[in-house]
Amino acid sequence: MELRYTPEEIAFRDELRATFRSKIPAEIRQKVSEGRHLERDEIAQAHRILHAEGLATPNWPVQWGGKDWTPVQRYIYTEEVQFNAVPMPLSFNVAMVGPVIANFASEEQKQKFLPATASLDIWWAQGFSEPGSGSDLASLKTTAKREGDHYIVNGQKTWTTLGQHADWIFLLVRTDPAAPKKQQGISFLLADMKTPGITVRPIITIDGGHEVNEVFFDDVKVPVENLVGEENKGWDYAKFLLSNERTNIARVGFSKEKLALVKARAKETPAGEGMLWDDVGFRHRVAMAEIELKALEITQMRAVAAQRHRAADKPDPTSSILKIKGSEIQQMATELMMTVAGPYAAAMPGHSHNEPPVGPDWADAVAPQFFNYRKVSIYGGSNEIQRNIIAKAFLGL
Amino acid sequence: MDFDLTEEQRLLKESVDRLMADAYGDFEKRKHHQDNPQGYSPKLWSQYAEMGLLGLPFSEEQGGFGGGAVETMTVMEAIGRGLAVEPYLATVVLGGGFLRLGGSAAQQEALIPGIAEGSTTLAFAQIERQSRDDLFDVATTARRTDGGWVLDGAKSLVLHGDSAQHLIVSARTAGQRRDRDGISLFVVPADAQGVSRRGYPTQDGLRAAEVLLEGVALPADALLGAEGEGLALMERVVDVALAALCAEAVGAMEALHELTLDYLKQRKQFGVTIGSFQAVQHRAADMLVALEQARSMSMYAAMMAENPDPAVRRPAIAAAKALVNRSAELIGKEAIQLHGGIAMTMEYKAGHYFKRLTMLVNQFGETDTHLRVVAAAGGLSEAA
Repeated sequence: MELRYTPEEIAFRDELRATFRSKIPAEIRQKVSEGRHLERDEIAQAHRILHAEGLATPNWPVQWGGKDWTPVQRYIYTEEVQFNAVPMPLSFNVAMVGPVIANFASEEQKQKFLPATASLDIWWAQGFSEPGSGSDLASLKTTAKREGDHYIVNGQKTWTTLGQHADWIFLLVRTDPAAPKKQQGISFLLADMKTPGITVRPIITIDGGHEVNEVFFDDVKVPVENLVGEENKGWDYAKFLLSNERTNIARVGFSKEKLALVKARAKETPAGEGMLWDDVGFRHRVAMAEIELKALEITQMRAVAAQRHRAADKPDPTSSILKIKGSEIQQMATELMMTVAGPYAAAMPGHSHNEPPVGPDWADAVAPQFFNYRKVSIYGGSNEIQRNIIAKAFLGL
Repeated sequence: MDFDLTEEQRLLKESVDRLMADAYGDFEKRKHHQDNPQGYSPKLWSQYAEMGLLGLPFSEEQGGFGGGAVETMTVMEAIGRGLAVEPYLATVVLGGGFLRLGGSAAQQEALIPGIAEGSTTLAFAQIERQSRDDLFDVATTARRTDGGWVLDGAKSLVLHGDSAQHLIVSARTAGQRRDRDGISLFVVPADAQGVSRRGYPTQDGLRAAEVLLEGVALPADALLGAEGEGLALMERVVDVALAALCAEAVGAMEALHELTLDYLKQRKQFGVTIGSFQAVQHRAADMLVALEQARSMSMYAAMMAENPDPAVRRPAIAAAKALVNRSAELIGKEAIQLHGGIAMTMEYKAGHYFKRLTMLVNQFGETDTHLRVVAAAGGLSEAA
């Protein structure tokens, strides 16, 4: 039993760290660290730098630009991206639609989409959730009717993250409304966002940010050649996609970076006779968060190490455990940051860039991030859904 | 990075699990073991010895098998699952830890072979009426005499102190009651003149003793480790014991969680198993999350326990115990609640796991004590 990385793994980590810190602009990393929303160009710039370094799509098949890394190296990569406040390469491209296309699409589709998806020449959006289909995704109602060489798509998608920037969208649509089970009769389609009949409407979230959107489909003509895999097999591809999404769900690197920042700022924040860091009660809260995070990190490492000899189909509760604890700790970190900001958390960000900040210059981003991070226990299968999965698939209840 | 047991560790685990299943699988047997005057079965203890468990952590030169913290973790998890009452922690982990890490060659030669073969048992006598869990809070005194020492004082809650043949006693050779310096450790034969003991059962089914030391005269070589420098050694040995306790807790939590799940699948109310209710399912899922987090920290503790640098080791071990404590409290209380009335009975096993976990939480420092250690260190280091 050995917790430490090998010297080769440490060298691998140090090389990644050096690349991230030297190649990704400091202003972008600072914005990520402070929990601010990035502009489209900033996300694209960081993605393209990583792509140029061969570091945007390491988890893809090698022939499509992936890396022949061990599970430990893949884990180190994700950790280092988050710990160094590097924007993740666009997950809709890299973690979601890319692997689905690489595994299930036709050769022509692979040629057409994969290089542009890796380089972000196509910006993808995810069209899964609907107003009536949140946790119960398979109940989705958007329809696609075959007419000649086209599908006619009608319906509405929602929570479409960064859809305002998207060139293309991947969709789950119902192609066989008569199928006996709701999971059957769903297909996986790709649609150009410029197609007539697609309308994007912003949703402003409680942090004041424009991150998510509603997308309306009104008699949208999608060529049949944009069907991925087989008609009515879309649910299988969606499950494959969601299982990839969950491997990264613990976000240990994010919480590490955030807690380090909590400590650093608490040491500079006057409170009482000294600094906030001198307050025993506050320190105990930070200690407990760090302890929970250390346990989660080891739980994650155990899962990574176990990938060597796990039967792929054996029920495993680990990804649900990582989701529940990982989201709780991310929220805990944003709550601690609220304590550090104290009264200065209340001031709204200045509308003009010329206005001086109220309080420390990082403080205006604290409350929005705290508000925004209530989402992490809701998305990716809410924590209640994760408990259902643990109880049914693993505990046998 | 590797969390697998080696082939030898796996075989060890299999054989300890088998021993525990034989000795404790039928819960009635536990009461039977407890009915012995020493509170455990000497016959079972000699089976521990035959399997090599009692010599496990000692080096081959010391007469042992050279096992490390992972081997101790493996044995303690099985002890936790079995809810075993033998003095493994007191004799092998604590007593053995003092001999192994601080004993002179002569002390090791005198006591380790007896521990390994099951004829010698030890206990660690450190708690005093005022000390709570502060290892440095020592009022018991050791006075130097011609060719030896005289000890006076009173020790409390000495785990298995009523049946141990030797006590490792902390006593002050210099300084004031709460000074960190000036504490020394002594090997005291339990039958020495001036030692009196009052044994009693503890809430979790083990035994402890109040120990009075009145003018106990000891030879010079009863001193264990350097005079006045006992605290660092105590902290080191107690950290090894804390890692062992984390493992015992994981074993007990795992067994209690299984027991609870079995019950949820059998017990019917309103015509259906109670495990079919979502309000119950989510709590059982949270118990699993708490168990796996505790298992991770128990492994962490095992990997840090033998680190000689206290600046790295102490916050790590304290972190592990704080988290294991929280999980133990949650799993213990939820197991009782999810069972319902049956778990309130002395007859049923769940309540006994709950009681052991509850007492384990307070052993060598409750959660706040350990949080203070982590907080004072400025948090968890990035050493790993």
